[in-house]
Amino acid sequence: MAKRVGAEGSFAVAEAVRLADTDVVAAYPITPQTHIVERLSEMVADGELKANFIYVESEHSAMSACLGSSAVGARTFTSTAGQGLELMHEVLYLASSMRLPIVMAVADRALSGPLNVWGDHSDAMATRECGWIQYFGENAQEVFDLTLCAFKIAEHHDVLFPVMVHMDGFHVSHVVEPYLLPDKEELGDFLPPINYPYPLDPNKPITMGAFAPPAVYSECRKAQDVAVNSTHATIENVWNEFGKRFDRHYKPIETHKTEDAETILVSIGSFNQMAAVAVDKLREEGKKVGLVRIRLWRPFPLQAFRQAVKSAKNVVIFERSMTYGGTVGPVCAEVKSALYGTKGAPRITSFIGGLGGRDMSPKQFEALFKRAQEIFDKNLDIQYETIGVRE
Amino acid sequence: MAKKDFELTWKDIPVGSIVHEPGNASQYQTGDWRSQMPVLDKAKCVKCGICYRFCPEPCIVKDDDGYYVSDLFYCKGCGICAYECPKDAITIVKEEH
Amino acid sequence: MSTLNTLQKLKDAGELFMPGHRACIGCGEVLAMRQVCKALGKDIIIANATGCMEIISSPFPTTNWNVPWIHALFENTAAVASGVESGLDAMRRKGKGPSQDVTVVAMGGDGSTFDIGLQSLSGALERGHNFIYVCFDNEGYMNTGIQRSSATPFGASTTTSPVGKNSIGQTTQKKDMPLIALAHHIPYIATCTPAHPTDLAKKIKKAKEIKGPAYIHVFSPCPTGWGTDSDVAIELCRLAVDTGVFPLGECVHGTYALTKHIKELKPIRDYMKLQRRFRHLSDDVIDQIQAQVREHYAIVRSKCGVVNN
Repeated sequence: MAKRVGAEGSFAVAEAVRLADTDVVAAYPITPQTHIVERLSEMVADGELKANFIYVESEHSAMSACLGSSAVGARTFTSTAGQGLELMHEVLYLASSMRLPIVMAVADRALSGPLNVWGDHSDAMATRECGWIQYFGENAQEVFDLTLCAFKIAEHHDVLFPVMVHMDGFHVSHVVEPYLLPDKEELGDFLPPINYPYPLDPNKPITMGAFAPPAVYSECRKAQDVAVNSTHATIENVWNEFGKRFDRHYKPIETHKTEDAETILVSIGSFNQMAAVAVDKLREEGKKVGLVRIRLWRPFPLQAFRQAVKSAKNVVIFERSMTYGGTVGPVCAEVKSALYGTKGAPRITSFIGGLGGRDMSPKQFEALFKRAQEIFDKNLDIQYETIGVRE
Repeated sequence: MAKKDFELTWKDIPVGSIVHEPGNASQYQTGDWRSQMPVLDKAKCVKCGICYRFCPEPCIVKDDDGYYVSDLFYCKGCGICAYECPKDAITIVKEEH
Repeated sequence: MSTLNTLQKLKDAGELFMPGHRACIGCGEVLAMRQVCKALGKDIIIANATGCMEIISSPFPTTNWNVPWIHALFENTAAVASGVESGLDAMRRKGKGPSQDVTVVAMGGDGSTFDIGLQSLSGALERGHNFIYVCFDNEGYMNTGIQRSSATPFGASTTTSPVGKNSIGQTTQKKDMPLIALAHHIPYIATCTPAHPTDLAKKIKKAKEIKGPAYIHVFSPCPTGWGTDSDVAIELCRLAVDTGVFPLGECVHGTYALTKHIKELKPIRDYMKLQRRFRHLSDDVIDQIQAQVREHYAIVRSKCGVVNN
């Protein structure tokens, strides 16, 4: 029977790892992920979680240990944030190219410099080419549910890719919220035991990580690219099955009042909840606005996204990472790329804010809509503006 | 017999670029690397096996009479076997082409 | 003789590392690795660092390995091995995984052990994983073109410590990696060379039996990088041991022992004259090195006391 629990997003993630009967956790503490690893350590110490917790000496070693553990067929989890995600950067590519079903929860955090331990998406965006399945949870319930689903998706024989579950640093990791925590009985057989098809085993010796010279590297990479783009069906199936069992429904693109919206805000993460409040307020005032939440970031759900913004004349993106020399931030670039050349493609502008823990209130989202409208009405050629930054 | 790397299409690539056939690199002929080769004088050989122990490939195995012989398909001609042979039974000879 | 016969005969003799690999002609390191694998047996999983041994044995889509083998990166082989060990342990508790006992082995060169991988090695040793770490020391970053490492001996010329008007080559002293490993309070360390195969096999077997981390340091001559003839790899190992440059010993639960005690050290010139990387050194510098080697061996002797075999 599910309990209604008050907990931080971090603890919700830890509960999901416990319920999944994870075999190995290899992690290094870094703010704001620390509560996840601390709670998991307590669970191991008390025997609630029967896992081997490898207290690695850096994040690079955390992901490396995950490679080894996953390669022998053990259900493997890790967690990190910000600088930690950067430190393990090169290893992320291997987890994907070696097709190892590692699950990682990331408490998205700003990147140095200057040093800032608070939330934004710059760490997440820096990993978009690594080949992981990546999606976002906006509150404690979502990150609990999505972490559970992550094991099922990653380990599915039609997938075999690592999965990153993102949550906003502090805004989700450290905010206490109520969520429904199912017990083992209610979980039932939703998450079967892991059955990795190619484990390292002396009874069936294989070689993992052979080197590929120019004559064959491209073929290896194309095979991986095709494979990761083929995971959409399984991701949706797992989420649909979860929805049937637990009546909480997740989709790659989720919409809020977009059916007849003329201007649509596209955004990722917990600040969507502020944006939704703003959308509701503006709708009361008669403005035809709507919100599209990108939940599945990689592989990008191209068709679902195009469908979601079909009615809009204007699309405005809000994102939480800077580009430093690019034409627009990473989310806007993805949106523009998705919509370029489509029939009736909307006008697009974007805003970058919420950096390094800087909050965005519903009022600020209303102001964002107002400024976006001005840009569209005056046909200003503005790729992006910062919002909430003192001029 | 494994396909050569330049023959593989992207569809041939196994999941994770895993190599499933153990030891299949032994199809590769390293013997054509050499410019000199070992020649065994069986009259001097005492079948001690030291040459076999110190061959880096390893490509020295016993023939039907128990003499340790280099498999020229693999032998790179390093000469360690000749250097180490306690009976000087192996001579390194430049190869004619 | 047909190739297939050779492979079968080698397999029957217990060889695990097969010919057809791309190691240089006369490579001492691949010979060492062949001996290590034979002593380990087939119930192993190897985590291998980027380097010579990895490159020569795994050109996709082929492999020289007859045991399960994973190569990840250059500096994380000890971390990957930690994951393998913990994964197997967790699965075994739940009744999953291979039914037999499996020895987890991490292999790396001196680059991935002394330098870029030192951190992950230190972490793995401190955590006390039940695994064997084998360092194949050819005293430089050989795979990338003979660059210096912190295992390159004083006075050696490499491409990044080249002899020049203002340089005699490497000016730093080689790190004492076995002692660094021992500082982690691990139950077993040993030094080996492929010229002493019985000694090497004994040590590998001991490492397998002892629970906890074992660190094995294997002297691995590199004809290409050291500038020697292709047939002297074994001779170099013998001379390295007999001149005291590479003491052959072990430390079992804190007790040091020399497994080959050299009563009368051979002159270091015998060892160095075979190698072009030392050719440029003046008599003064060689005398200096000779004194250092004698001093160091005296310290090793005094630490060891008891002589095995």
